[in-house]
Amino acid sequence: MSSAETGPAIETGPAMLSNVARPPRPSALANALTFGWRAVLKFKHVPEQLFDLIMTPLMFTLLFTFVFGGALAGSTSDYLQFFLPGILVQTVVFNSVYSGMGLSTDLSKGLFERFRSLPIWSLSPFAGLMVGDVLRHTIAGLIILTVGLVLGYRPEAGLTGIVASFLLLIAIGFGTGWIFIVLGLLIRTPMTVMTIGFTFIFPLVFASNIMVRPETMPGWLEAFVVRNPVSHMTTALRGLMAGTATGGEVLLALLAPALLTVVLSPVVLWLYRRR
Amino acid sequence: MNDTLPVQTGSAAQDAAQLAISVRGLIKRFGDVKALDGIDLDVPRGMIFAILGPNGAGKTTLIRLLATLAQPDGGTARVMGHDLATEPHAVRGAIALTGQFASLDEDLTGRENLIMLARLWGFAGRTAKARADELLSAFELSDAAKKQVKSYSGGMRRRLDIAASLIVTPGVLFLDEPTTGLDPKARQGVWKMIRALAKSGVTILLTTQYLEEADQLAARIAVIDHGRKIAEGTSRELKSAIGSGFLHVAVADTERLDEAEAILEHALDGTAQRSAEGATLSIVAGSPKAANEAIARLLAAGIELSDFSMGSPSLDEVFFALTGQPIEEDAQGDVS
Repeated sequence: MSSAETGPAIETGPAMLSNVARPPRPSALANALTFGWRAVLKFKHVPEQLFDLIMTPLMFTLLFTFVFGGALAGSTSDYLQFFLPGILVQTVVFNSVYSGMGLSTDLSKGLFERFRSLPIWSLSPFAGLMVGDVLRHTIAGLIILTVGLVLGYRPEAGLTGIVASFLLLIAIGFGTGWIFIVLGLLIRTPMTVMTIGFTFIFPLVFASNIMVRPETMPGWLEAFVVRNPVSHMTTALRGLMAGTATGGEVLLALLAPALLTVVLSPVVLWLYRRR
Repeated sequence: MNDTLPVQTGSAAQDAAQLAISVRGLIKRFGDVKALDGIDLDVPRGMIFAILGPNGAGKTTLIRLLATLAQPDGGTARVMGHDLATEPHAVRGAIALTGQFASLDEDLTGRENLIMLARLWGFAGRTAKARADELLSAFELSDAAKKQVKSYSGGMRRRLDIAASLIVTPGVLFLDEPTTGLDPKARQGVWKMIRALAKSGVTILLTTQYLEEADQLAARIAVIDHGRKIAEGTSRELKSAIGSGFLHVAVADTERLDEAEAILEHALDGTAQRSAEGATLSIVAGSPKAANEAIARLLAAGIELSDFSMGSPSLDEVFFALTGQPIEEDAQGDVS
């Protein structure tokens, strides 16, 4: 073009940019960690999301402990001891809905177009999403646990039990996360992702042994509840917190997350590449 | 294809290795609609090349294909020497894309967005930060570096979006309608950045709906419509094919519009177009002198003008000149 634009402003403009060549290709792990760092930054800039994460489980904890607890277990403290591990499972499962919503929002804004035009491992944005999820599950879980401890909950297995429980919780969150990533990829509007997500998460969470013992239910429902993967997760978590968990219980709890990962991760890759 | 191609300089003879982009017979279908219907394109390295066309002409589809975001249904393309179909990863390593809608994380700050992308490209912590700061200062965004992108103005977003495409200096930068939706001042700012970038040696392929934008920025322009290229050449070549200076005349007394039209057509030896509202006439004038004489004749005939101006032809007028037809608003309709 002409040289008429060589005004002083150009001196600070992109013409002064140094030409930068491509550095060596980063590892898939490095890419995933960068996306994880993005999730941490989002926590910093949008702390309100913490409110979304803990409000529901917090209300459930207070409501069930103080309103229903006495009737369900004889005393509020006995009920809290039974209920708290279950509410942690519920927290993680509910919160994985938000990763699907976040993904749907990203996709609707064209940010992923840029990620897709970069020479990076295709799955790394999702791996990054998972890193963010682990962080959210841990923070939300710790807050709910702290509330429980203040109200009088006592894990018999102590710190070891808590650490083991949180590892299981993260595995559960990782597994269920895939469901909502698939939904996030399929559905354009974040609100619809949430509605559909809760539609089939509600029955799984309520028709489980989180709130009440299945023996008190009608036979047909009990038959479902004892086979519900959420019940297996809750049983294992109670065992870990109490120090009574068997290897079989833990494996049963990990079965659903493992299956979801094996089945859904290729689906996610296929959906993503197809777009 | 079309015989009205006004200019076709010897680009076909150029060695393919010297081309940043080389496209042959590219086809993309969406259902029954052919969004791209056999496009050929040669873009030499280091050039600003503009794709000019109305909404739905296939501009964005072309860019998406070249940026590996969609698969073609036919034809071949090479970008910086890499085949689109067989080496998509190598293509991604050589290009950068700034799409029509800002592809930034609104919750993060401008600086964080750039650092994130620099890390994804493989720059380590300190180098990533240094590159982000260099880009922010080059695009005059240093003051807003620590503000969340959601608080940015349209022009700032565009600049950050372009900066985000330059983490690694790309061989080819795709800019899809870089100034659509910006106010004139912000548009000037983005133009300045694009020109400066081209000086640093980056090949730029941009799409636009504005002839003025293509004229201001691009060394060569391809006009596309209905997924086909209908003309290509330098801005000067296109304009001489279309007629450079357009005279626009508003007649005060609309009763005498026919009379005015006849006088203008006689004076300038062309066909005048009426505006949609009917009160303005537009005609190729060729030179200011010719326009002046035509206006003098109108005044001599006692026709009072409420307004007149000289200007570049609008996209409508370009299309009228090239195809003899106005732009169809529903360009998706008949592409058979």
